[in-house]
Amino acid sequence: MGPLRAEKIVAVVTTDKEKVTGGGVPVFLAGDRQEAENTALLIARIMGAMVHDLENGCLLVVVH
Amino acid sequence: MTVQSLLFHGIALGFAAGFAARLYLLRVDYRQYPSLPHNHVSHLAFGGIAAAVGAVAVPALLEKEFTAVTFLALAATQFREIRDMERTTLQALEAYLLVPRGADYIEGIAVVFESRNYLAMAAALLVSAATVLVGAWWAGVLAALVVLPWIYSLRQGKVVGDLAEVRPAALRFEGPSLYVDHIFLMNVGTAAQREQIEKYSMGLIIEPRRSSGRDKLAHPGQRQAILHEVTAALGTHQEIAEPELTAMARKDADTGALGIVVAPFTRDVAVAIKAAANTPLLESARGSHPRWAAPVGAGPRQKAGDAGRG
Repeated sequence: MGPLRAEKIVAVVTTDKEKVTGGGVPVFLAGDRQEAENTALLIARIMGAMVHDLENGCLLVVVH
Repeated sequence: MTVQSLLFHGIALGFAAGFAARLYLLRVDYRQYPSLPHNHVSHLAFGGIAAAVGAVAVPALLEKEFTAVTFLALAATQFREIRDMERTTLQALEAYLLVPRGADYIEGIAVVFESRNYLAMAAALLVSAATVLVGAWWAGVLAALVVLPWIYSLRQGKVVGDLAEVRPAALRFEGPSLYVDHIFLMNVGTAAQREQIEKYSMGLIIEPRRSSGRDKLAHPGQRQAILHEVTAALGTHQEIAEPELTAMARKDADTGALGIVVAPFTRDVAVAIKAAANTPLLESARGSHPRWAAPVGAGPRQKAGDAGRG
């Protein structure tokens, strides 16, 4: 508990697969921005997580 | 008046004053109290015991019953348990609060509960001592008239509003970044979540009046207490698995001002400001640095201890 908690990326959703490479988390490809936001939001709701925008076509889903 | 009846008067008056003190302190500060009826009963019972122990101390000494004084020590041990009791209760509830109090606030509340019993004991002791030593019941009444207002005045320490100005502030987005005024709060990735925030959230800025208030406000425990108080006053739209409406407080590194976003159920800015300003200044935040280490009015500075605390 407290303000310094372990944060964890649970997924990456991207419209530009050039921007991501293999890593520890699942990467979801989306056709357009709309689909990416929708997928990210669905994952976030399932995981109780928050969607963050990297402003390069990638969305991070992070559990805080 | 015989010695026996004098002692009796002393004990009775002392007990009454001590119990009255506890009753008084139980009622005055809603924020220090979870307002559970059964808790009222147990705290009044403890207060009664504190008053009784305090009231008999001086008469017992006069009767040369020195062992009776050791009961004071015994009672003190009991009251330490009160602190544990409060802490345990509040910590157990913490997991199921949408906006938790935070460990610092809980510790503060627990200490207050313990110390209020000592105050009740002190009131009882002073009043019974006055009665017995002066040798007249009116001396006890007189002492009570002095002691009770004094204890009442000890009921509340400083609040956030004493060292900072709270004002409403606009929330805005720059791309995915949420700002309150000029203070960055968080990155919000989707349009749907940004809409939620625009619909439900409200921004506040808390600006320290002097630089000495900066690290008190910056203390993470103090920030959490403020968020809890505002939420306690206004309710929250926050939801367990939807973190975008999470109440949060972030600091502006240049000025030490806190930017706050909450999602109040009742959108009443005046109440939000009052709740934030009336949040007690926590002892752990207050005592975070020695006076000599932080000259007042030294201007913007980053304290080395900031990162380590919390």
